[in-house]
Amino acid sequence: MSPSPGDTGTTGPGPAALAVETHGLVKRFGHQLAVGGIDLAVPQGSVFGFLGPNGSGKTTTIRMLLALAAPTHGAVAVLGQDMPRSFRTVLPRVGALVEGPAFYPFLSGRANLHRLDAADANSPAGTRAARVDAALDRVGLTHAAGKKVRAYSLGMKQRLGIANALLAPRELMVLDEPTNGLDPQGTREVRSLVRSLATEGTTVFVSSHLLAEVEQICTHAGIMRAGLLVAQGTLAELRRDGREQVRVLTPDMARACGVLARLGLVPEIAVSVPTDDDGGLVRAPVPERRGEPADIVAALVADGVRVRGFAVEAGSLEDRFVELTGEGFEVVE
Amino acid sequence: MLAALAAIPVLIAVVVRLSAHVPPGRGPVFLDRITQNGMFVAATAMVVAIPLFLPLTVGVVAGDTVAGEAGMGTLRYLLVAPAGRIRLLVVKYLGAVVFCVAATLVIVLAGSAIGALLFPVGPVTLLSGDTVGAGQAEWRLVLVAAYVTVSLAGFAAVGLFISTLTDAPVGAMAATVVLAIASQVLDSLPQLAWLHPWLFSHYWFDFADLLRQPVTWDSFGANAVLQAGYLAVFGALAYGRFASKDVLS
Repeated sequence: MSPSPGDTGTTGPGPAALAVETHGLVKRFGHQLAVGGIDLAVPQGSVFGFLGPNGSGKTTTIRMLLALAAPTHGAVAVLGQDMPRSFRTVLPRVGALVEGPAFYPFLSGRANLHRLDAADANSPAGTRAARVDAALDRVGLTHAAGKKVRAYSLGMKQRLGIANALLAPRELMVLDEPTNGLDPQGTREVRSLVRSLATEGTTVFVSSHLLAEVEQICTHAGIMRAGLLVAQGTLAELRRDGREQVRVLTPDMARACGVLARLGLVPEIAVSVPTDDDGGLVRAPVPERRGEPADIVAALVADGVRVRGFAVEAGSLEDRFVELTGEGFEVVE
Repeated sequence: MLAALAAIPVLIAVVVRLSAHVPPGRGPVFLDRITQNGMFVAATAMVVAIPLFLPLTVGVVAGDTVAGEAGMGTLRYLLVAPAGRIRLLVVKYLGAVVFCVAATLVIVLAGSAIGALLFPVGPVTLLSGDTVGAGQAEWRLVLVAAYVTVSLAGFAAVGLFISTLTDAPVGAMAATVVLAIASQVLDSLPQLAWLHPWLFSHYWFDFADLLRQPVTWDSFGANAVLQAGYLAVFGALAYGRFASKDVLS
C-alpha cells in the first residue's frame, strides 16, 4: 500500500502500523466457543474483507473490536490502542455499522443522526447540522431526511446506518455486511463509497459472507471458519495459496482421466459442469513440480483424447474460500 | 402516559360533579370534600394515583431505559458513538426522574385546573386545623408533588437496574411494576413489621406532615434518606451489571 494523502500517521509508528490487531482473541458464551483464538492483522490504509459463513464468529469479533463485548482471553488493539480500555479515545475515530442498522422509528432520519452524534459528549455541536447533512448527502438520503425512519425501506435504513458511520472524519470504518438489503444500484454505491473512503486514507474493515463483494473492493482479506481465522493476507497471497488447476474439456472423459493419472496428476470429472454432446470437464490440481502444460495436451492427443478446450487456471478466491470454509449451506455450530 | 395521568383528576372531578351526593367517609381520602372546595380534586387524585398509576407509568419508563435501547438495537450505536456506559446510565436515570417530576406535577396541575373549573375554590382547612388561602394551598400541593417525586426516585433506580438485566423492555417494565405492587403488599402485612421501614413504598402515603401548619419535614427527610439508599444500592448494582455487560443486541 502506498501511503495515501489523508494518512496522518497519528496512530502508530512505521509504515507497517496496523489499524486492527488481535492476539489470541477468544470469546466464549457459556460452553460455546464463538471465537477461538484469532490473530487479526489489518494494515492501515487497507480495505480488509472479513469473510466467513454465517455463524463463523465475524460479528462477535467485530463487537469485541468496538468494546461492545469483552474478550474472554486475548488482546485487542484498535488504531494502536488497547480495547476495550481506551474506547473513549479510539471510538470517536471509528465509524461503525454493526449487525444491521437500528434507529428510533418515531424520529426522522436526520433527527436520528443528530441524536447519535450528540451521544458522543466530545462531538462538536456547532458543526453537527452541517456534518449530518453532509453524511446524508453522501449516502443519497437528502430527499428522505425529514421522513420518519418508520417509513424507510430496509435499503434506506442501511444507507442511514452508513451515514451514521460517516458523521465525522474517521480513521477506521467497520462495516458489518454493509450491502444487506440494498438493491444492485445501492450495492454499487456502497462499493464506490468504500473505494472513495480508501483513497482518503481511511482503513475499511468490511465483513461479508459474499465473496464477490470482497473480491471487488478489498485489498486484503481474512477468512473465518467456526470461530477460527483460517487464512488472512492480501488477495494475491490468498489466491496464490490456492493451487492451480488443469482443466480439460473433452468428450472422452474416462480416457483423459487415464492419461492424466499416468502423468502423475489426480484428475476428477467435474460434476458441477453438465456433460453434453461436447463432452465434460476433467480437472486436476497441478502437481508441485509442474512440467510444461503443453506436454499434457500432447500426451492427451497422442492417446486419442479429443481435446476441445484446455486451460491452466490460477486458483480462484472462490475455490480457496470453499476449500477453507466447506461447501454448502450448513451453519457452523 | 402523562395524558393518562392527567385524566385521573379530570375523571374524579367530572364523576363527583355529576353525582348528586357523595356520602362522607367513603371512597378515597378527601373525596367527600371536593364539592365544597375544588382544591381537593388534586389531593384526591394524588391519593388514587400513588398505589398503582404512578408506579405503573414510572415502572414503564424506568424499565424501558436500557432494555428499550437494547431491544431496538440502538444501544450498540449509542455505545459505539461512544456515549460511555456510566454517562448513559446517569442520563437515562435523570430522564426517568424528570418523568417522575412531570407525572406528579401533571396530576397536581390538572387536578387544580379541573377543580377550579367545576367547583368553588376557597381557603382550605389543613390537618392541623389552621386555614390557609387557596394560593398557599396550591403551594402545599406542589410540595406533595415533590414528596411523591422523591418517593418514586428510589423505585426508578430499581427499574433502571432491572432494565440492565434484559434486552426485552416489556419484561423489565413488568418486573419493575410487579415489585412496586409486591412492596406495598408486604408493607400491609403486620407480621413483617420489622421489614416495613426498609420497603421503598413504606413512606409513599406519609405526606400528611406537609399539610400541617407549620410544615414538619420529618417524614420528608426519612423518605428522602430511604430513597437515597435505594438509589445508591440499585445505582451501584446497575453500574456493576452494565459496565461489564456484553452488548449483543
